[in-house]
Amino acid sequence: MPATELLLDITLGVLLLILAGAALHGTRLYTGIISFIAFGLLLALVWARLGAPDLALAEAAIGAGLTGVLLLSALGRHADEPAQPGSAVRTLATLLLGVLVLILLLRAVLPLAQGPQPLPALVNSQLEASGVSHPVTAVLLNFRAWDTLLELLVLLLAVLGVRQLQPAGRPRPGVWPLLQAWSRILAPLSVIIGGYLLWRGSHAPGGAFQAGALLAAGVVMLRLAGLLPLLRWENGLLRLLVLVGVALFLTVAAAGAWFGAGWLNYPAHWSGALIVLIEVAATLSIAASLSLLVVGERQELGR
Amino acid sequence: MLGWLSNAALALGAFFFIAGTLGLLRFPDVYSRLHAVTKADTLGLGLVVLGLCLRAPSWRAVVMMLLVWLLVMASSTTACQLLARYQRERDQAEGGDQDARH
Amino acid sequence: MILLAVILLLTILAGLWRVFSGPTRADRLLAIQLFGTTGAALLMLAADWQAQPALIDAALVLALLAAVVTAALVQLLRRPPGAG
Repeated sequence: MPATELLLDITLGVLLLILAGAALHGTRLYTGIISFIAFGLLLALVWARLGAPDLALAEAAIGAGLTGVLLLSALGRHADEPAQPGSAVRTLATLLLGVLVLILLLRAVLPLAQGPQPLPALVNSQLEASGVSHPVTAVLLNFRAWDTLLELLVLLLAVLGVRQLQPAGRPRPGVWPLLQAWSRILAPLSVIIGGYLLWRGSHAPGGAFQAGALLAAGVVMLRLAGLLPLLRWENGLLRLLVLVGVALFLTVAAAGAWFGAGWLNYPAHWSGALIVLIEVAATLSIAASLSLLVVGERQELGR
Repeated sequence: MLGWLSNAALALGAFFFIAGTLGLLRFPDVYSRLHAVTKADTLGLGLVVLGLCLRAPSWRAVVMMLLVWLLVMASSTTACQLLARYQRERDQAEGGDQDARH
Repeated sequence: MILLAVILLLTILAGLWRVFSGPTRADRLLAIQLFGTTGAALLMLAADWQAQPALIDAALVLALLAAVVTAALVQLLRRPPGAG
């Protein structure tokens, strides 16, 4: 039934465009945020349709879930005012930037349409040596470990940046017992499913970012229900958790450069264990960083 | 036989999804809309899960899909309660004036 | 199968109308809950139809995160008593 399939794909594409437009150009910020969450949800469906379950998982966990909560908690600190109408210069700059990005994207994507690429076959032929059996994990944590290391650094920079701007805690309304009970159910569930995704990561879609996002979702629920104390950068344990991923990754990389084959080249028979170790540390770091971003609060000076 | 049952369950599931959506579009106030979406769509999902379970390739997939359904049932009912309480709090605090209307 | 998927997508489209037209914040949030349910159904359909069981995991994650988002947003939207 190619006609119905085409209909499905067209509907998906059009919905995605509508939501993107609404998220960016909505008159009210709250509607924009809701559109953004819906956009993430739909993007997960698009990735599923394109046969990329890894990306569908990541988008469902991070794009549709935590980012929405993050945006709304930011909105809670401002008045919900209508968006400012943009000036002509700004519109022109946006258009220019859009065209530039479009050209770059086309240059990257068009070669993919010209027949099979050499890279998937290359990855599959080297999969044995990587220490894991899922090609995506092998690429992210072995062949292109640089990228993952830099991603962790970006997240760390984001936490540090937000820390400068974070406002002090504001009075929160009392929490309904219903919400407390619900978060007592959701938090353990998120830990179990997060652990499951981390474990699956070595041989099937899953991995550190998805697992970290789920753990962070559990922490956010508990914090919002008032069941956890304030999350602050001043807390030593929390700081350790935020840093452990990058620190361990860098240690492994440096040790490889010092004793072994080179920067981020794992010794062959240890690579499986090392990848698991790095993934666990990265999961903890990602969970701690995302929790700090979403529900972290600043310590008032002199208090 | 199994395939036929599965198709029937999927079709019935689609019917309940449509019913819930009609409620979301047509019902006059928030509370009845909450009711329509969280009940009808959860039943629709249950039927879709049933239909898919009948043709699932492995027991593992069946268990996972039932888990998803359980989670959505719990989440829908709780979300319905939470949203209704939120709306009532809003209505009481502001007497339904302009600020609650966006 | 595909017809069911199209129906589910149309459900999402209807939910979208609620997101844009409101009228209350609870309505818009309700649409997110609807998207979570429908999205999970669609992902499980796709898992069966494209023979990719990993998508069931994605459905599980989506259902869990939709629950977290709705609950968290309700708590964040509430105002402290007296702050108006």
